[in-house]
Parts: sequence; C-alpha cells; structure tokens
Amino acid sequence: MELINNVRIAGGQVHVRGEALFSLAEKDFRSFGRSLYKYLGISYAKFYKMSALSQLGFLASEILLKDHESSGLDPGEVSLVFANSSSSLHSDVIYQESLENKPSPALFVYTLPNIVIGEICIRNGFRGEGVFFIQENFDKEFIFDHAEELISSGRSTLCLAGWLEMDMEGDYLADLSLLI
Amino acid sequence: MGWDTRENLDSVLQGRGGIAICNDRSLSPEDLPVALLDWDELGKRFLGICGKENPKHYTRFEKAGILSVYEALKNSSADPADPECTLILSTTKGNVELLDHPDGFDKGRLHLWKSAQVIADFFGIKNTPVVVSNACVSGVAAMLIGRQMISSGPCKYAIVLGVDLLSRFIVSGFQSFLSLSKQACRPFDSERDGLSLGEAAACVILSRLSGGVELLSGSNISGPSRTGEGLLLAIRSTLGGQEIPKLISAHGTATPYNDEMESIAINRAGLSEVPLNSLKGYFGHTLGAAGIVESIINLEAMKQGLFPATRGFSTLGVSRKINVSNETRTGNPDTLLKIASGFGGCNAAALFKLLPWS
Amino acid sequence: MDELIEKLKVELIEQLNLEDMEPGEIEATAPLFGDGMGLDSIDALEIIVLLEKEYDIKISDPREGKDIMYSVASLAEFIESKRS
Repeated sequence: MELINNVRIAGGQVHVRGEALFSLAEKDFRSFGRSLYKYLGISYAKFYKMSALSQLGFLASEILLKDHESSGLDPGEVSLVFANSSSSLHSDVIYQESLENKPSPALFVYTLPNIVIGEICIRNGFRGEGVFFIQENFDKEFIFDHAEELISSGRSTLCLAGWLEMDMEGDYLADLSLLI
Repeated sequence: MGWDTRENLDSVLQGRGGIAICNDRSLSPEDLPVALLDWDELGKRFLGICGKENPKHYTRFEKAGILSVYEALKNSSADPADPECTLILSTTKGNVELLDHPDGFDKGRLHLWKSAQVIADFFGIKNTPVVVSNACVSGVAAMLIGRQMISSGPCKYAIVLGVDLLSRFIVSGFQSFLSLSKQACRPFDSERDGLSLGEAAACVILSRLSGGVELLSGSNISGPSRTGEGLLLAIRSTLGGQEIPKLISAHGTATPYNDEMESIAINRAGLSEVPLNSLKGYFGHTLGAAGIVESIINLEAMKQGLFPATRGFSTLGVSRKINVSNETRTGNPDTLLKIASGFGGCNAAALFKLLPWS
Repeated sequence: MDELIEKLKVELIEQLNLEDMEPGEIEATAPLFGDGMGLDSIDALEIIVLLEKEYDIKISDPREGKDIMYSVASLAEFIESKRS
C-alpha cells in the first residue's frame, strides 16, 4: 500500500504533504472554511448547507483528490475510512439548541458522523466501501490497517483514510491520506 | 420483548410486538408508537449484576449495553479478560440524551468512545474498544469489523454490541423528517406510512473457534442512490460467487421510500423469490442495534427451522416482487443474508451460514 | 400576493441557507425542485417547517407538499388560500 497524498487542516492552516497551501488567521471554522472554499475555486452550492464537520471533510477531500484523478476508476473502487473523537457532537449541540424553537430537519440530517462520507461520495460519484470509527485519539495504525485490508483484498483500489475531528467547541483537525 | 435471546425469540414467534403508543411528553409532543425498554426492570437487573459498582456511575445507555454483554457472556466460553478480546460498539447516538439532561455526568461522557470504555472496563476487557458509528448500518458494519479483526488477527474474541436508546433528540429529528408512522409500522405493506422507533441492546460474540453460525462475508458500501444502487452493490459484493442465500433479513423500516428502494435492489440482485422478512414490526427501528438484533433473532429461529413472520405486513405495497409473508415459515435453510441501509447513503450486507451441528 | 411572493423569497433564502443568493435571482414561477433551483427533499421538509413557523400551516405528509411547493408562486397561492 502506498501513500500518494496527505492533507492536514488545523488552526487556520492547510498543508499538503507537509507544504503550506493556505492559511488564514481566523478562529471560527465557518469563516475559515468559506475562505478556503473560495480559494480553491470550487463551485458546489451544497457546500453552504453542510455541517462544519462535513465542510471540513469535503474541503480536505477536494484538496486530497486534486491532481490525483480518481475519474478513471470504477466508482466502486474508491473507499473511505474515517475516524474522529467527537462524532457529530458539534452538530448535535446545534440541533439540540434548535429544539427550543422548531426541530430543523436540515440540522438533524448532520447529526451522524458518517454523513461526511455520504457528502464526499455524492460529490465524486463514489460507490465503494465506507466506514466511520470513533476513537479517543487518532489511531492511525488501525485506520491504515483497515485501508490496507480493503486494498489488498481487492475490495478497493483507492482509499481516502484518516481523521476528521470537529469538537464541541469548534476546534478542528483534518488529517487525510490518499492510499493505493 | 425480552431480556435474553430466548425471550425475545419467543415473543416474536408468538406474534407479540414491543411497539406501543407512548404519551410521555418528555419524549414527544404527540402520542407516538415506539418500542421502549422497561427501564424500571432494567434498573433492577443492572443492580443485580453490578456488584460493588455504584449504578449511579453508569448512564442508561451503558447499563443497557452492560446487561446485554453480560447475558451474551453467560452463554459463551469467551473470556473478556483474554488479552485478545476486543469490544466493538455499534451506536448512532450513544449518550446524546445527556445534552438535554446531564444527570450529573460530565460532558466528556457524550463521547461514544468513552461509553465504550466504561462498558469494556466493567468486564475487564483490556483492549481499547472499537466504536463504529455508521447510521443504521452500524450493527452490520460492526459485525463485519469483528469478523475482519478475527481473521486478520490477533483477535480471538470480538464482543460486538449494538445499543441505541430513544430521547427527545432522536424522536424530534425523525418527526422533523415526517418519517414516523401513526401506528405500529407496516414493513413492505401498501398502507405503510413510516417507521416506528425502538430501543434495544444486542450482543453477539464472534470468535475464531467454531460456534453454531459462521459469518461468511459482507460489505459496507457508501453510495447515495434513489434506485438502491448502493444496496445492490453491497449485496453483490457480499454474495460474490456464493450461492443464493436461503433467507433474507431485510432492513424494512416501513417508510414509503426505504421499502420501495430495498425491493428494487433485491429484485435487481435476483433475489425476489428468496423468503424475506423485516422484524421492525416487533422491535421498531433500533438504529445502531438493529443489524445485530435482527440477525440474532433470525439466526436463532433458523436453528429451530423457523423464519419469523413480518409483523405489520398484509398486502404487498412495493413495485417489485419480494417474498414477504405475515406468517411464520418453516424449513431448514442454512444461509441468511442480512441487509441494512442508513442515512448518508450507506448500505451493508452480511452473509451468515448455520453450521450443521447447530 | 406580490408582497407575499417577495417575502417568501427572502424567507426561503434564510431557511434553506441559500448562500450568495439574492431574492431578485429567484423567479416566482420557476420550479424550485429538480432542474429549477435544485432543492432537495430536506429542503422540502424545511419549507414545511417554515410554513408552520411563519404561517401557522401544518403539513404532516411530505407527499402533500409536492404540488404546493412547485414554485414560489404556488407556495404563495397555497398560503393565501389558507388565510381566507
């Protein structure tokens, strides 16, 4: 199994394979995410409706897949193996607050961590294996082992694997790798 | 429905469902058909097993999980203290009700990995638990992860636990989707009008040693589609070159959309004739526990040569032919295909085989 | 009726998080779903929430909403009909 790309997004900074791509001294993820979205020149209106976690995963995957064409692959060959510590708690808190007024379906739909997998699949037309784990800290070995198993067993050719954390306070870390 | 597998299976075979109208306003502003656990009884049973531990240190979610694992271990030779034993927890929302009423618990308890650790610690399981949170396919996904951990080693026992409880958080969300039924749900029926939520805790112990059932293969596909494409892929990937399964435990939530999509996928997979059921008319939709509850009940029934009826079903209400019935069927089938679908476009399938000596 | 249509456009933009969209860009008779503005089933549910929140109209079957929500104009017509 080979690691062909990596993106790290944290504290207003984006690094690709260790090199700085973008930075913005902005504490609030939403504002940071919006700026990164515009910087990347993406046009995908649905982005604005996504939860913070989904936006984080979406942006990380866009960067990860740029210049690494997955379009030649069968959609079933691309898999996603993600983990985080806070599940969808960032969105859960927001949804719980919305219960004071009227429960919002658009907020409720993001109260599951695996929705970010769905968003990336819709965007790219992927139809492969996908799973979301919850871990106290990023157990990279476990995640990469799982990716390795998918690839070596032939169930997947390309795997997006890593950590997508958006905690209850809005602190975030994305550490995604592209594995073949 | 029951406090162990036998009781639950007896309830199902006798046609007794656990869905009842609930008028608890802390759960819902309107009367709602749901399948709730008997919390008074659960509290008593937990007290009976917690020994020196203070029951107040455990949330409802954790108590239900612990009781289920306890019950499973009673009938197993698995040693939780074995260094090659791992707990795999499947849940969608864990302790989410603490957002509404913390009940003295720290907000760290909202983390699913934390609850898993609490449960693992109760049994002295040494390895860090694995937590799978993949919407309603979590249960099937967790069993497949367990299988993979055992076959790629070093893992001798995988205690796969599925738990989800109902709370205002969850109920209000499904209400906002207008996806809840007015009466107990009616899977695949022409009059179906939505799903009924349920609570459950269910546990299977997987091991390298031979048990009565083998988990042959499975697949967990993410791919949102209106035509059941993702589910079809999961089924095909799971069945591979294998024979057609003898029985299917469908997801069958009884929403107009799910059942229709599922019937399309089953049809396209060439499985229209295979006897199929949905158990959600008995247990409700138990979210993270669903895949495990429904697999266990069908497999145990199969050991007795029975295939449970689809409670709530009367007249076929999907556009593709499927072999569903409101009567218990008999026979000696040995393979079961369990399928599930969930929010985010995820789909999972697992193929089980009853071993001859079971 | 025109006033209601303009009011609805503003409310829809807010309720549905239609970032970077101005009321002027929404055509009153253009289809909201499918090829039109590309709204999806969750948006349809949010519009149902909006109808209850702002206009006190309760829809309990999502399928009922399909015709009502064809366009902003049909939505306005429906609201008007409920008022009288």
